[in-house]
Amino acid sequence: MLNKYPLWKNLLVSAVVLLGIIYALPNLFPDDYAVQISGSSASVSVDETLLDRAQEALDEADIDYRDPSMDDGAVMLRFDSSDAQLRARSRLQEALGSEYVSALSLAATTPDWLRSIGATPMNLGLDLRGGVHFLMQVDMEAAVDRRLDVYASEIKRQLREERIRYRGGDAEEGQLEFVFPSESARDDAASLVSSEYDQFRSNTRSDGEDYILELTLNQQSASEIRDYALNQNLTTLRNRVNELGVAEPLIQQQGSDRIVVQLPGVQDTAEAKRVLGSTANLEFRLEARSDASSARTETFPFRNNPNRTAELERDVIITGDNVADANQSFDENGQPQVNITLDGPGGSMMQDVTRDAVGRQLGVLFIEHSSEEVERQVDGETVTERVRETERSIISLATIRSTLGSNFRVTGLENVAEASELALLLRAGALAAPIYFVEERTIGPSLGQQNIESGINSVILGFILVALTMLVIYKAFGLLANIALTVNLTLLVGAMSVLGATLTLPGIAGIVLTVGMAVDANVLIFERIKEELREGLPVQSAINAGFSRAFVSIFDANVTTFLVAGILFAVGTGPVKGFAVTLLIGILTSMFTALMVSRAIVNVTIGGRSDLKALSI
Amino acid sequence: MSETSKRTIDFMGFRRIAAALSIILVLGSAVSLGTKGLALGLDFTGGSLVELEYAEAPALPEVRSQLASAGYENAMVQNFGSDTAVLVRLPAQFDDTVGDQVVSALSGSADLTLERSEYVGGQVGEELREQGGIALLLAFFVVLIYVAMRFQLKFGLASVVPLVHDVLIVLGVFSIFQLTFDLTVLAALLAVIGYSLNDTIIVSDRIRENFRRILKGGPEEIINTSLNQVLLRTIVTSATTLVVLLSLLVFGGEMIRNFALALFIGVLVGTYSSIYVAANMLVTLNVNRDDLYVPKKEGAEGSQPEEEEPPDWLKRME
Repeated sequence: MLNKYPLWKNLLVSAVVLLGIIYALPNLFPDDYAVQISGSSASVSVDETLLDRAQEALDEADIDYRDPSMDDGAVMLRFDSSDAQLRARSRLQEALGSEYVSALSLAATTPDWLRSIGATPMNLGLDLRGGVHFLMQVDMEAAVDRRLDVYASEIKRQLREERIRYRGGDAEEGQLEFVFPSESARDDAASLVSSEYDQFRSNTRSDGEDYILELTLNQQSASEIRDYALNQNLTTLRNRVNELGVAEPLIQQQGSDRIVVQLPGVQDTAEAKRVLGSTANLEFRLEARSDASSARTETFPFRNNPNRTAELERDVIITGDNVADANQSFDENGQPQVNITLDGPGGSMMQDVTRDAVGRQLGVLFIEHSSEEVERQVDGETVTERVRETERSIISLATIRSTLGSNFRVTGLENVAEASELALLLRAGALAAPIYFVEERTIGPSLGQQNIESGINSVILGFILVALTMLVIYKAFGLLANIALTVNLTLLVGAMSVLGATLTLPGIAGIVLTVGMAVDANVLIFERIKEELREGLPVQSAINAGFSRAFVSIFDANVTTFLVAGILFAVGTGPVKGFAVTLLIGILTSMFTALMVSRAIVNVTIGGRSDLKALSI
Repeated sequence: MSETSKRTIDFMGFRRIAAALSIILVLGSAVSLGTKGLALGLDFTGGSLVELEYAEAPALPEVRSQLASAGYENAMVQNFGSDTAVLVRLPAQFDDTVGDQVVSALSGSADLTLERSEYVGGQVGEELREQGGIALLLAFFVVLIYVAMRFQLKFGLASVVPLVHDVLIVLGVFSIFQLTFDLTVLAALLAVIGYSLNDTIIVSDRIRENFRRILKGGPEEIINTSLNQVLLRTIVTSATTLVVLLSLLVFGGEMIRNFALALFIGVLVGTYSSIYVAANMLVTLNVNRDDLYVPKKEGAEGSQPEEEEPPDWLKRME
């Protein structure tokens, strides 16, 4: 018999291998370290003069750069090392001022024709390029509590409008509690709430003279609040990361209440954390009239002088959530201030309230939520609890001279840094629920570089050793196995590039492991062919029998490994997932190359020779 | 095609000695795990870790006293790979800003750069521990089910027991030498399961085939023949895998040293266990032709002469 593949099979194998090569190719063109300079707002022009200024600044600081270019309204400068890139960035930031944002970036060097068919190099994980990784927990309880507070004040307003008398109302431990002086008032309130809100389950009880209405959020509304908080936080974090000027950040939900943020190239974790985690917000309230009842007012300290206090109304006019744009600037006395532009609803609200309040004082409250874990002894067991605190303090209290519109300014901030950070936070939007950091990893750029080098070295050395072993043991067929192995590596790299998988250090280890294990299928086939030859089968039949008999073993063995790698992928996070991805793809490509590519080579080279009496195996 | 490759080794003749050896190793590992436990890494315990690169090799006791005077009394300070690289580990009670604080506490007197800093919250560590355990158990369970379906229950058991054996011994080595067990080592452990399983299945596959093809000889003899037939394959594959792992151990860098080590030990033990634990189990469980001729699951569908063949669509891949 002869071993021959039909034409379509040969074509299929060639096509897959060719595609693999094309999509693996971009990895030979590693990205350049670059700094991208763009205007901090649309009005700032980016032109040739900026390019000249940037080049001048770098020349002065004696930092080497290449290929200065300008496109899409941004200046791009390339560097040979991440060290030069980092130095250049801080130099440029200094030289160009706050009008421009200098962001660390990676510039592709892939030829255009490759990019035009979507071939790009693999993404490098943080452990290979340096940067920060944060895992943040969204405080869902706080999100629900905050929402309940809003409901509480809304319901109270409605009770007042309907003239239903109540003694008090508060959000407590995930539910609302209203106290009424009479049973009829409570029942009126209960029917009002049930007609207006379908979010609550209500329950009534009485305690002496107090008639109490308890409102508990139903499952669906509670989970809607959580989803909203998470999505809102994701959006806000994305905006804030953009404001930080980080190229290719990753902001992703993990699980039901966590968010991963990865910032490649960032080294200053303190700044990143302050900006990402900040819960700072503003509230605008009128100063209380001197005759207002104490139930409608609240006393706050001043931020720069805690001994001084002022009474403000409980009702909030607007919060920082209504801010459309904010910029830091200086007032007539050279003090830092924040110019605020409100959005439509915020502007008209402000107008409505201040129209009737000319001559009264408007207070601006600075709000910050904080929380810390406290260990407590409960029944002899240590329980960790999260204690939340909200700090509100007045940063300015000024007389309203005329009706305020959408544009006004806020003063009373301590310094320029605080003012510009507040402006940034107002622009990016507030967090719907506080977040806190539960995991943080920083990798320095030199360690990343070192990891890449050691990874590549071990792949190369491992490959050479395996190739030599195979040549010594299987001679000509060893060469065949080595070709298959090379194709396998190419396909693996190509597949990972196409899938947009992220290469991490354990991922490289997965590639190394695949190199070692991938020859297994070939070894099984070769051993089987040798056996068949020993049993006296003619050469071509032995080849055929070897391939088809070994198939069952290869298939079973790989399916089980695939299942285990799948579990690793499902359960693992971060680097472990990276390892699982390489392993999974590696199993598929090694089966394809061992079974089809090496078979195709055998068929084309010796499969047609009926005179073959012995094999170099 | 030399005559020497026909020489058969009486693997199963040593099976009692091998079983004793396995039992000793597993028990030793279990005892060490029970008494010394694992040196769990940051991923599982929570806490902070800072890796610093000094321009000149620092004296570690001095670093320790510098940290102690800055308020970090429980800091663990050690070299990491080279004598200029220093790893500082702090227990979980500190917060997430500790990395910067350690750098500023130490950088007064020496020229150093921050290479890496990690902070893992206590709660995250606990979750990862749980998930890790679940992943391992799930892997065992899935393997048992798949092999029992494709082969037969006795083969399923004979695949899972070696896996438990391998995992325990790798864990044992990490426990005895108190090597840091972190997330990457857990990943390595799962990869070991994959590898060892691969090996075991190849052996089982051959045993099954021979039970059907060779009609004479007892189970022990057939198992022996099968082991001999796949021996060279086992050796070559293990050799190539061990060789690349060695290159990973030497060149892969400090960050994946324990990962590579776990894989190395695992592949070594996994190769041994596919011969001596898996095959041994089959002999002990008294596998015989009846187990394979009419598999109970497929009895109802009538006789399928070669039910080990993969489905048709798969055969087309050949």
